[in-house]
Amino acid sequence: MQAEDDFRAETRAWLEGNCPACMRTPMQEDEVVWGGRRATFANPEAKLWLDRMAAKGWTVPTWPEEYGGGGLDAAKARILDEEMRRLGARPPLLSFGIWMLGPVLLEYGTPEQKREHLPKIAQGQIRWCQGYSEPGAGSDLAGLQTRAVADGASFVVNGQKVWTSYADHADWIFCLVRTDPRAKKHEGISFLLIDMASPGVSTRPIRLISGASPFCETFLDNVAVPQANLVGQINHGWTIAKKLLEHERTMISGIGNRQGGREHTLPALAKRYAGEVAGRIQDPELRLRIARHAMDSRAFELTLRRVAEEAKSGKGPGPASAMFKYYGTEQNKRKYELMLAALGTQALGWEGEGFTDDQLALTRAWLRSKANSIEGGTSEVQLNVIAKRVLGLPD
Amino acid sequence: MALALALEQRQLKETAEQFFRDKAPVRALRRLRDERDAHGFSHDLWREMAALGWAGIVIPEEYGGADFGYLGLGLILEASGRTLAATPLLSTALLGVSALLLAGTPAQRQELLPAIAEGRLLTALALEEGPRHAPYGIATRATATPDGFRLDGEKTFVLDGHVADYLIVVARTAGTPGEAAGLTLFLVPGEVAGLTRTRTFMVDSRNAARLTFSGVAVPRDAILGPVGGGGAILEQILDRGRSGLAAEMLGSATEAFERTIAYLKERQQFGVAIGSFQALKHRAAEMFAELELARSVVLDALSAIDAQRNDVPQAASLAKARAGETFDLVSSEGIQMHGGIGMTDEHEIGFYLKRARVAQQTFGDAAFHRDRYAALEGF
Repeated sequence: MQAEDDFRAETRAWLEGNCPACMRTPMQEDEVVWGGRRATFANPEAKLWLDRMAAKGWTVPTWPEEYGGGGLDAAKARILDEEMRRLGARPPLLSFGIWMLGPVLLEYGTPEQKREHLPKIAQGQIRWCQGYSEPGAGSDLAGLQTRAVADGASFVVNGQKVWTSYADHADWIFCLVRTDPRAKKHEGISFLLIDMASPGVSTRPIRLISGASPFCETFLDNVAVPQANLVGQINHGWTIAKKLLEHERTMISGIGNRQGGREHTLPALAKRYAGEVAGRIQDPELRLRIARHAMDSRAFELTLRRVAEEAKSGKGPGPASAMFKYYGTEQNKRKYELMLAALGTQALGWEGEGFTDDQLALTRAWLRSKANSIEGGTSEVQLNVIAKRVLGLPD
Repeated sequence: MALALALEQRQLKETAEQFFRDKAPVRALRRLRDERDAHGFSHDLWREMAALGWAGIVIPEEYGGADFGYLGLGLILEASGRTLAATPLLSTALLGVSALLLAGTPAQRQELLPAIAEGRLLTALALEEGPRHAPYGIATRATATPDGFRLDGEKTFVLDGHVADYLIVVARTAGTPGEAAGLTLFLVPGEVAGLTRTRTFMVDSRNAARLTFSGVAVPRDAILGPVGGGGAILEQILDRGRSGLAAEMLGSATEAFERTIAYLKERQQFGVAIGSFQALKHRAAEMFAELELARSVVLDALSAIDAQRNDVPQAASLAKARAGETFDLVSSEGIQMHGGIGMTDEHEIGFYLKRARVAQQTFGDAAFHRDRYAALEGF
């Protein structure tokens, strides 16, 4: 315990000394740092914060130091996380490379692939996107049709991906491709890394109900990809794909939990907008709905912690990630519905006069949250995964 | 504070699960019920549990206990919940011991704790006066007399009340029902002039009693804690009770769930196992998620007590509310998913439904604790 107490003290002192004051406030949408070749920093302090954290290896605290990580064990990583929360520190870098690709490269990548890609992810130099879903392959992901045909030292890739988050800003894409069209659908899939700058790659943003376009269609038209970019064995990509999905589910289940600063809590918002009597939210039903939500959130947070402690780190989240994904996203949707209930019409503005920026952002965030229980596998798919892989119920 | 169990705790849990499977399966509760057993539990079983150190598991070593903490007691309660074992764990090892540890004088502790640890003495908390949990809704009066106090009033749903050697009575020395101020706790022998005890038969086949106090004289040294300041102590006793009961409910809910999942794999209709139907799979998966959350909050509440954290009230309300709702859900679905066989008295799944509702009402249901949680969190 002494070593952990020392680490906590050192970490706290370092964060106090190195986290710029404006990085301790809730993150605005336009100040989010995603990194990449074309990264822009609306706030120069965000660049400073990223560089300092990357130099410590703390953008990826548990990765090995040789790949740009902090080399921390699970206990120390949790201490770092707790200390960042205590300070209200923003995450220095949001990254699909960190959350999804990195963990599977660490497990399945060749030494060359790790050396090439992991440090650039850790430092925010390369921004990744995910080429999984296709127009005909949503919940039935293994039905994907994008083809990769071996041709000398390369694959030639043709097909279309959809719901590719931020593809229009990404440098590289990790893709599921069909390499054996005659095999059973789960057995002819490979996991391929593709540079988005390659000839034949194009993207088109999709406008969503929130008005924003975080997702794209991505078109692959005779794209040549070196065979060295194949992760794992050919036709054995489904195992890696599922592993990555576990990491993705864990990431999505923690959504709404990475904002930095200290958010306005639901009870405070409800008191302000719906009224307060003797220290209580005035509307008794809203009050109890918010109490239920607060209790469920606390229970969920404790469960994430317990399962992480039980897993002893290193092994990845396993099938329990389906439970986290299901519960965390449904809970996040409930949070936004409660915010709407509390703010009434002030949370239903679309643009212009009569609304604050926060209120308008809430309208959009509420709409965005509806995707949480669809992306990364729908809630219904997660329940199927739990039933099959955790409970052992028959097909 | 770790939420994952250490080796020592896992071993205790396994030992306890094995113990209750062997010595107190659900059919033991059925037998107590069918024979209308006068005590409502097995004294032999309790003596064996005491010999294992479980009656005194939270009692300090100086009073002959095992000093293994509330998490340890919770693990035993959880294991006892799996088989719905009827034992004085709640009334005595949890509530009685907690009251003495929190408020007892050295003399009271010395007199009672070693006897509890040896399994020779039972206690009961005489609190409720109405059909719904109301810790401050006390009308029972304690009137000062030259020698001490005189108790007058009625208590209901007193767990193990008809077999307890000592009753911990919550009475009002001042104020009016609904107020926390003015409450005082008394240690009253189970056999005393002016006290009538009537056993009530509850749907879960566990012990409860109605007590009537008519001019029961209690001496000054029977006061437990400060006169008029019992409300705060009562809350602490109750929070320990709620956390421990939540652990028992977690065990019962887990068992009911596992039995139901086994049935889904075994029962064939339309030529296939009914567990292959998505309408049932999704509900099963949702119950799994609820149970995982319940397990976390129960462990957290028990750990909070042991670590003397200042958020014990929140953690206890969270644990009781969630364990209660989860057990209600799982026991209801347990009946539905078992179909007709689940409605028969011969099948054991119905025992879980009955226990769930009684446990839900004990020390405050989920709605009570949501309201309390919101108040504690300042909204």
